[in-house]
Amino acid sequence: MKLSLFRLSYWNRRGSSFRSSASLDPSFDGGFVGKSSPSSIFWLVIHGLCCLISLILGYRFSHLVLFFLFSTSVTNLYTTPFLSAGTGGVSRLLRLKPLETTNSTVRSSRVVVGRHGIRIRPWPHPNPIEVMRAHQLLGRVQKEQKSLYGVRSPKTVIAVTPTYVRTFQALHLTGVMHSLMLVPYDLVWIVVEAGGTTNETASFIAKSGLKTIHIGFDQKMPNTWEDRHKLETKMRLHALRIVRDKKLDGIVVFADDSNMHSMELFDEIQAVKWFGAVSIGILAHSGNADELSSVLMNQGKKKGKPSMPIQGPSCDSKEKLVGWHVFDTQPYAEKTVAFIDDKANLMPSKMEWSGFVLNSRLLWKELVDDKPTWVKDVNLLDDNGEVDSPLSLVKDTSMVEPLGSCGRHVLLWWLRVEARADSKFPPGWIINSPLEITVPSKRTPWPNSSSELPVVIKEAKRRSGKSRGSKSMSSKGKQQTSTESF
Amino acid sequence: MGSAGDVLEDNPVGRLKVYVYELPSKYNKKLLQKDPRCLTHMFAAEIFMHRFLLSSPVRTRNPDEADWFYTPIYPTCDLTPTGLPLPFKSPRMMRSAIQLISSNWPYWNRTEGADHFFVVPHDFGACFHYQEEKAIERGILPLLQRATLVQTFGQRNHVCLDEGSITIPPFAPPQKMQAHLIPQDVPRSIFVYFRGLFYDVNNDPEGGYYARGARAAVWENFKNNPLFDISTDHPTTYYEDMQRSIFCLCPLGWAPWSPRLVEAVVFGCIPVIIADDIVLPFADAIPWEEIGVFVGEKDVPELDTILTSIPTEVILRKQRLLANPSMKRAMLFPQPAQPGDAFHQILNGLARKLPHDRSIYLKAGEKVLNWTAGPVGDLKPCLQGNGLIGDRDSFGCHLRREGEREAAMGGGMGAFWGTRVMEIVKKHDSGGLLWKRIKLTPTRKANAKTRLRRVWQNEAVLRACAEADASNSPGVSNTESCTSAGKNE
Repeated sequence: MKLSLFRLSYWNRRGSSFRSSASLDPSFDGGFVGKSSPSSIFWLVIHGLCCLISLILGYRFSHLVLFFLFSTSVTNLYTTPFLSAGTGGVSRLLRLKPLETTNSTVRSSRVVVGRHGIRIRPWPHPNPIEVMRAHQLLGRVQKEQKSLYGVRSPKTVIAVTPTYVRTFQALHLTGVMHSLMLVPYDLVWIVVEAGGTTNETASFIAKSGLKTIHIGFDQKMPNTWEDRHKLETKMRLHALRIVRDKKLDGIVVFADDSNMHSMELFDEIQAVKWFGAVSIGILAHSGNADELSSVLMNQGKKKGKPSMPIQGPSCDSKEKLVGWHVFDTQPYAEKTVAFIDDKANLMPSKMEWSGFVLNSRLLWKELVDDKPTWVKDVNLLDDNGEVDSPLSLVKDTSMVEPLGSCGRHVLLWWLRVEARADSKFPPGWIINSPLEITVPSKRTPWPNSSSELPVVIKEAKRRSGKSRGSKSMSSKGKQQTSTESF
Repeated sequence: MGSAGDVLEDNPVGRLKVYVYELPSKYNKKLLQKDPRCLTHMFAAEIFMHRFLLSSPVRTRNPDEADWFYTPIYPTCDLTPTGLPLPFKSPRMMRSAIQLISSNWPYWNRTEGADHFFVVPHDFGACFHYQEEKAIERGILPLLQRATLVQTFGQRNHVCLDEGSITIPPFAPPQKMQAHLIPQDVPRSIFVYFRGLFYDVNNDPEGGYYARGARAAVWENFKNNPLFDISTDHPTTYYEDMQRSIFCLCPLGWAPWSPRLVEAVVFGCIPVIIADDIVLPFADAIPWEEIGVFVGEKDVPELDTILTSIPTEVILRKQRLLANPSMKRAMLFPQPAQPGDAFHQILNGLARKLPHDRSIYLKAGEKVLNWTAGPVGDLKPCLQGNGLIGDRDSFGCHLRREGEREAAMGGGMGAFWGTRVMEIVKKHDSGGLLWKRIKLTPTRKANAKTRLRRVWQNEAVLRACAEADASNSPGVSNTESCTSAGKNE
């Protein structure tokens, strides 16, 4: 009973699609019915024997192997080691032998029909030298692609970054610096520093290896966001004046030091003719992340999808600029922050400078041919002192070119994160003097550490009351001691 | 081997004339009406070739001035529910068609088909079987031995590849590929790409049989290699991913050719061909050695070494050659036809074989082909057209009958019974299972015996009539005894 069922399932498995050759062979059909003919009984016996052997051996042992054992001719298998443990598969090759001989008499073919071994090399893992070579090939191919299909005559990118020395300056400037170092085009980096040039900033910028122009601006950066916006605007205009004076040729990008730029931004701005606008994603910072995200989630629930607010150009179906997407700051009016270090949402201004790029020829004094008339002269602006948005540089805002497939691609992200106004950081981020108090942890790997804990720690221990792991104790103590040391 | 570009641009118009026979629609249109899926699978070239020739300037309505004769027959348009073609009807259909054209027009017998060409895009061409051993056993249909075959299969020193055959690419839908094009400046960031089966667990559970073990070797050696993006997934971004890769693997499967070659050429990905002795499409016009990389099946474990040791300039040159639009055009069968496409390459190939040698024209009464050669199952009944013998249709094939499950029966009836019954069973493909156990009642046994006896009688009639045919001169209608004997069955 079991045997016949097993046989049924076996044949079903083997014959389960119409490509199986074994199932077509009628010589096996004889065994299937197996009721009264002696041959079928013989097959049953052999099958039972082979089942027992399989049970002992642990893999399927086909009765056809007996055929193979009794046959005389030798097969021409490619007998490299193969994965499959069963010897049942030899049966197929067995049956193919007569075919192979007829094939050889007709034509001599190197390629043989039948079962072949699966060739696996002894260590099938990647060779690191080959991986390096492959990456070099990839880089070379991509370079070739760029030269064939990319921008025809790339223009220099002029990046304008207003900055000042503070705790997070290194954090932000590193991000911008690395982005700019990856730009495949020629680059000039104009860094305008509030409060005059400092060695810190200068040494930082020198690490980039880029062509930089480091300018100092005489005012110090104020503490409120509003005033800060105004000062930054003035600093940017100052940079534009430098561009005009030095007659730099290229495309001006406002790379604020706490923004994040994508590489596609720099490819996309090569297409600007005079004045272009890109979409910025707004990552409104909040010390209280839950509140902001809940507000956004509520907004999102209404619209059906949570979305990131975006500032940028908006077009109609004919890809013509019709207006601007602006972040609505009304819901956050009472929650916005005034001072740089307040823990609340910081909202961007109506029109962020970093969303606009311009051709540097717009700023030149001389009359460049076909310089558009809808652009104001930079000289006149800073006399008035009231430039609040980059759009005030142009007389006719409809002439602005939308970039990034008409603002649908977000090419950079806006974010403002600053540390506390009184936070201190070691100059150059190097701690030269040795630390005055060292607190060993309880479970130290070094055998000869002193087990004396300073008094401060003991007090902290007493104060907390609860006993926690000693590591947390010592770290707590460290925090307290470090603030004291400053 | 032609150099890139010039031979591809040849215009066949004016260099040859093709006459298209008028066959009854049961050979072409009715098959398509029964199953319109024939238009989209990879063997659709036969249908589109017919349509192209009907409206092409090389077509002539005067057969006396024709250089080549085309028979519009769709032998691959018999699909299972899952969309795979069954080649069992095809030999009979082909014989029947040739019978028709040899009796209604004198041009076949003039040369015994040496100036005729047929499009047979199935797995192993005119061997009409999907399994290689069976296909080799059958060989090319004897009646087609003098004709030119236009087929996708190509392997050197193989029974199923005739010397003068024209190898064509499999059909790949041009609109679908156009719809997935991405801009050229998207950087190619995948080193090696492949999507497809490595093991065919349904048909080859133990491995080593499918693809001669080559695909399995690729998987086992490179599944952990980050440079190789290979898997069995079916991603929706398959075409886009190919355009982001430098190398696309085109290993053999059950047959050495695959549509991946066409896709790789169209998308600019260098094809890595792993199929020993393969004959690639339009090999006399397209310089495959300079476009693709050939890797022997035994060298698969060293594939990464081979590919990374190709010099950079060689790779860049291959990519430049692949970017040539005439190469991409030559691989496609666009609707409507455009200059330089695969249809024109086929005509160019035919034109290059002109002028016909004097020796192909046979003298009166001379016969070269053996009309009775081939497996017994191929031999067509003598009736022409719409007669029925018992339960067969006009090709002599068993009509579909529901509930026919006969495979389980009969041990010692021989291979013939097995194959015939298997064909019937496969027509009623029950989604996976080939047969199920049925109770062998005496009635069923008796019915089966009656049916078998009738089949044997018909076969005997066929044989007799075929011999009668061979002895008679072609064009004379069959003797009455044969037709009546057939009808009485």
